Amino acid sequence: MAETNETHETSEAEGAYWRDNIRLLVSLMAIWFACSFGAGILFREWLDQFMLGGYPLGFWFAQQGSIYIFIALIVFYVVRMKKLERKYDLDD
Amino acid sequence: MDTQTLIYIFVGLSFALYIGIAIWSRAGSTKEFYVAGGGVNPVVNGMATAADWMSAASFISMAGLIAFLGYDASVYLMGWTGGYVLLALLLAPYLRKFGQFTVPDFIGTRYYSKTARVVAVICLIFISFTYIAGQMRGVGIVFSRFLDVPITLGVIIGMGIVFVYAVLGGMKGITYTQVAQYCVLIFAYMVPAFFLSFMITGNPIPQIGLGSTVDDGSGQYVLQKLNLVLSDLGFGNYTDGSKSMIDVFCITLALMVGTAGLPHVIVRFFTVPKASDARKSAGWALVFIALLYTTAPAVGAFARLNFIDTVNETSYSEAPGWFKNWERNDLIAFQDKNNDGVMQYRSGDAFEGAPEFAEGTGPSGERVVTNAPVTDSENEVYVDRDIMVLANPEIGNLPGWVIALVAAGGLAAALSTAAGLLLVISSSVSHDLLKSTFKPNISEKGELLAARVAATAAIVVAGYLGIYPPGWVAQVVAFAFGLAAASLFPAIFMGIFSKSMNKEGAIAGMVVGLVFTFGYIFYFKLMNPAANVAGNWLFGISPEGIGVVGMVLNFAVAIAISKVTASPPVEIRKLVDSIRVPRGAGDAHAH
Repeated sequence: MAETNETHETSEAEGAYWRDNIRLLVSLMAIWFACSFGAGILFREWLDQFMLGGYPLGFWFAQQGSIYIFIALIVFYVVRMKKLERKYDLDD
Repeated sequence: MDTQTLIYIFVGLSFALYIGIAIWSRAGSTKEFYVAGGGVNPVVNGMATAADWMSAASFISMAGLIAFLGYDASVYLMGWTGGYVLLALLLAPYLRKFGQFTVPDFIGTRYYSKTARVVAVICLIFISFTYIAGQMRGVGIVFSRFLDVPITLGVIIGMGIVFVYAVLGGMKGITYTQVAQYCVLIFAYMVPAFFLSFMITGNPIPQIGLGSTVDDGSGQYVLQKLNLVLSDLGFGNYTDGSKSMIDVFCITLALMVGTAGLPHVIVRFFTVPKASDARKSAGWALVFIALLYTTAPAVGAFARLNFIDTVNETSYSEAPGWFKNWERNDLIAFQDKNNDGVMQYRSGDAFEGAPEFAEGTGPSGERVVTNAPVTDSENEVYVDRDIMVLANPEIGNLPGWVIALVAAGGLAAALSTAAGLLLVISSSVSHDLLKSTFKPNISEKGELLAARVAATAAIVVAGYLGIYPPGWVAQVVAFAFGLAAASLFPAIFMGIFSKSMNKEGAIAGMVVGLVFTFGYIFYFKLMNPAANVAGNWLFGISPEGIGVVGMVLNFAVAIAISKVTASPPVEIRKLVDSIRVPRGAGDAHAH
């Protein structure tokens, strides 16, 4: 989303906090996309040539793996944001 | 003790528990009624969200869908979990920081417009009612099969229970009953799954069992065997799909974004004390949901194997008891096309449409089906996908108490979701329409009374839809997601991430997204169902996935219009600044 008037009434700490947050969000959303839409759908057929136990790999991503990665993403975000908020003294 | 008695005891005990909790946690103020006082522990809220979210469709229908769709059902698995990443990362903490009571509250305030609020209320009511009718139908199915009462009476009993804890307890009562309901439903789902997995693979953990070898000495993996068995019978491979890639992609995305835009899910994150708790809570919710969602693919695959094993090439006279039980309930049928008394289960439909039964029985004792047979398929067995989870304990010969547990679990799943939906409907009427739009001078007591009256009215409407399901209900439930994705999600998202989005843009975006998505679904599902084939679809996207196009339109229209109209006032920019930082959420909900 295009951002206008970024500095409007925000303190420097708040601005920096928000920019760090956006950077973190973009990379986590990229992983979110890659594990579900990438591995589970777009590259599923190619990945199915590999096996994970009895699971074809693409099928595993679609029905198991992506869900585990989703949880990991949220956990990582919770931890990192807590750190960011302490760093900029903005925690609740 | 026989199974029927056990079922009465389990269901009776679980109902007594829900009512007990409701009486203990009555709501005394509007804040308690709408957001449980705003002091719910994030783990507790995560569990309540999981129960709220996992409806009769998740509990009863999903494993059955997976069993019969194989890879194609991945859209539900990824779609209904990936939305929580969007919630935790993009919406929940900011909405909690904003700190009012409802989703239209946020849209109305952020877009400084009563019109925006009313448009949001319309989206919300439409989404929630299509969803709730499906829950009431689920209650009816469980009652009629397991408790031997007519569907009508079943729905009325369900309405009574929900009435007690939703109307008395509001969000506070709902939260704590949902925690109890989560425990009941997850236990009821996991126990038969452990049994099944152990029976088939020798490993009790279903997630590992599905990737293991079949315990029959053949050394074949479960999925490998399933693929072989299915292709022998003329089906496609279980691990390959038949939907086009673009359709799978769009349905998954529509379900994910729709999940993040569902009002009854979002509103749960208003109940935790702090913005950072909202993030944590979304994480816990996904953990509790994932427990069921990673088990369902295993349950589906095992159920399909078991079903083929016990039914195919078995003579009807030797068919197991569960087969005849479900046949009595019209959900299974056998049409002996080659008159050999043996059931052939193959790819393709056995006959046209849903079974119509005549009086009397055929030569092997089966109920006579009057539908015209499909002649180019050897298949003789009709099975409703919805029965797989409910029939699993019987198919797997599990003890009576497991069957009783599953009955109680199915009811818990349907009731918890119904209650959450009723609450957002009633609060949007009493809070957004009365208090904030048409009658701002209403007293706290008057508003609370209005909320209770609205909840009662919503229960009656939902019950009516459950008893007399209009043909479109089952068709439309899945589309609630497309509508949420195309209307509410973009408005909320831009409200947080763009300071320049104004009321003109947001309102136009919501209206265009909703009208386009609704129109597309209405055309293909209701007006002209015969045309509902891939060749006629826009970009090859089915009505299930069209919410994605609606969402893109919403974003495009909103951004274009906001560029040529007045930018939002200074207070709104300040409001956006303040919701972006977590500090100070505790006192933000003074209202």
